[in-house]
Amino acid sequence: MNVFAEAFAWLFSPERLEGQYALPVLLGQHLFYTVISVLIAAVIAVPVGWLIGHTGRGREVAVAISGAARAVPSFGLMVLLVLLLGVLRVPEAATITFVLLAIPSLLAGAYTGLEAIDRRVIDAARATGMTEWQIFWKVEVPLGMPLLVGGLRAATLQVIATVTIAAYVNLGGLGWPIIQGIPLRRFDQVLGGAILVAVLALVADMLLALAQRAAVPGGIRAAKPGSRTPRAARRAAAIEPAAAEPATASTT
Amino acid sequence: MFTARKSRLALIGGIGLAASLVLAGCASSNPLDAPTDEGGESAGSDTIVIGSQAYYSNEIIAEIYAQALENADITVEREFNIGQRDAYMPDLESGAIDLFPEYTGNLLEFYDDSADVTSPEDVYTALQDALPEGLTALDYAEASDQDTYTVTKEFAEANDLTTIADLANVSEKPTIGAAPEFEQRPYGPAGAKELYGVDLGFSATGDTTLEALLAGEIQVADIYSADPAFETEEIVALEDPENLILASNVVPIASSDVADEVADVINAVSAALGADDLVALGVQSTVDEKSPEDIAKQWLEDNDLL
Repeated sequence: MNVFAEAFAWLFSPERLEGQYALPVLLGQHLFYTVISVLIAAVIAVPVGWLIGHTGRGREVAVAISGAARAVPSFGLMVLLVLLLGVLRVPEAATITFVLLAIPSLLAGAYTGLEAIDRRVIDAARATGMTEWQIFWKVEVPLGMPLLVGGLRAATLQVIATVTIAAYVNLGGLGWPIIQGIPLRRFDQVLGGAILVAVLALVADMLLALAQRAAVPGGIRAAKPGSRTPRAARRAAAIEPAAAEPATASTT
Repeated sequence: MFTARKSRLALIGGIGLAASLVLAGCASSNPLDAPTDEGGESAGSDTIVIGSQAYYSNEIIAEIYAQALENADITVEREFNIGQRDAYMPDLESGAIDLFPEYTGNLLEFYDDSADVTSPEDVYTALQDALPEGLTALDYAEASDQDTYTVTKEFAEANDLTTIADLANVSEKPTIGAAPEFEQRPYGPAGAKELYGVDLGFSATGDTTLEALLAGEIQVADIYSADPAFETEEIVALEDPENLILASNVVPIASSDVADEVADVINAVSAALGADDLVALGVQSTVDEKSPEDIAKQWLEDNDLL
């Protein structure tokens, strides 16, 4: 039988819902480690990224560290940390690995988001009398949101793919069918597990793509040409001249 | 913003992707099957090529074979530390490697996952049937490297444990730690439940199994019977009177065309390789840090084979 057909048969077999390694359980474990790691990475990387983007200083250091962190092989790092921290600290070792993996994308998303803002907008904000904190929270952060969510999306995707290795150190997750299936030579199981990870990654990516669109501030979205439907554009055109009339009428 | 051109490109791309998936689905061969190599005969040279797994214990046994054959004036070429079965079996089957120290039970599992025999003699017979044309199993040794249900001596004393069946008497449900595939093996927790009526939890501790046992994270561990830890740590393997566990004795696998040439020498080695030898050899490697050559030479001299 064809390998893909066997993999789907394995995936949809009723046994997948039973026992310690039921698919919903594995999915839960996978999502748990993904969410925790991205959250911790965000708490570390986003404020630092915002600081770099707002002050314009430290960018080269951030880029260098991000680049180096991306080059670290996650599997090797995870095994090394498990050896160093001991068998009783395996979840911590794995989480540290995934956090280090997520930091570069989140850091980049945070500072490029702020860097991409037109300096004149910030000058204008300053000219209207906003304090530095107000400029930061009311102007820079909302304008930097789309790129930040883009960084979040990249980080989440990488972490989802990498949490697959957590199964190697007995933490479960969607990598379990792969880790168990290879020595058993059950390749339907291995392919089934791989398909699951791929599907989860695609679904997460789609949801975050929608979030990225939604993160664009309302004013920017309205200002974009063609962002309105034709009907809304005609209605807006009809209202504007009418709005001008009462103004002229009242002055005469 | 979809222009007509972008839509067309997307459509072509989509059709291309769908077509490749459909074509992949139509393929009937399994890309993960081991390549069948007909006619891979060795060039008729007199050199015996010996291989070994990437496992120090296996390498020591291979080195013993090598030195024993050299002592019998046979030229030997060493290809040690190759890797897993998926890596070296094709070479062994094609004749590129002539002799390999293997393990009866695990090799039987590799060729025939459905075999349900467990005693050493039954497993050896089943293996001889399962081996492909061109490979011969020489005599198997008493030495084995098989799964065990091992506990710390402290735990055994506290709960009065001698056999696997005694685990049923432990008040709190014990957890067994092992490699991930153990959960699905017929001699795994499901098999223990069926044969001995023992309820065990499972934890896929893999390479950290020994550490987890010593740290108390698991109560029972699948420590392979040749592990030097049996000498260096306070652990004991529980007895298996009903033969739950698949016996896995050391067995030399040889290409059929060289089997006769090496049989006498290698069978003499297998006859002398006793049940406790592998643990002792392992201790020399891991604790005393001697080289495989020295360990092999010492063992052959101690057993009057050199």
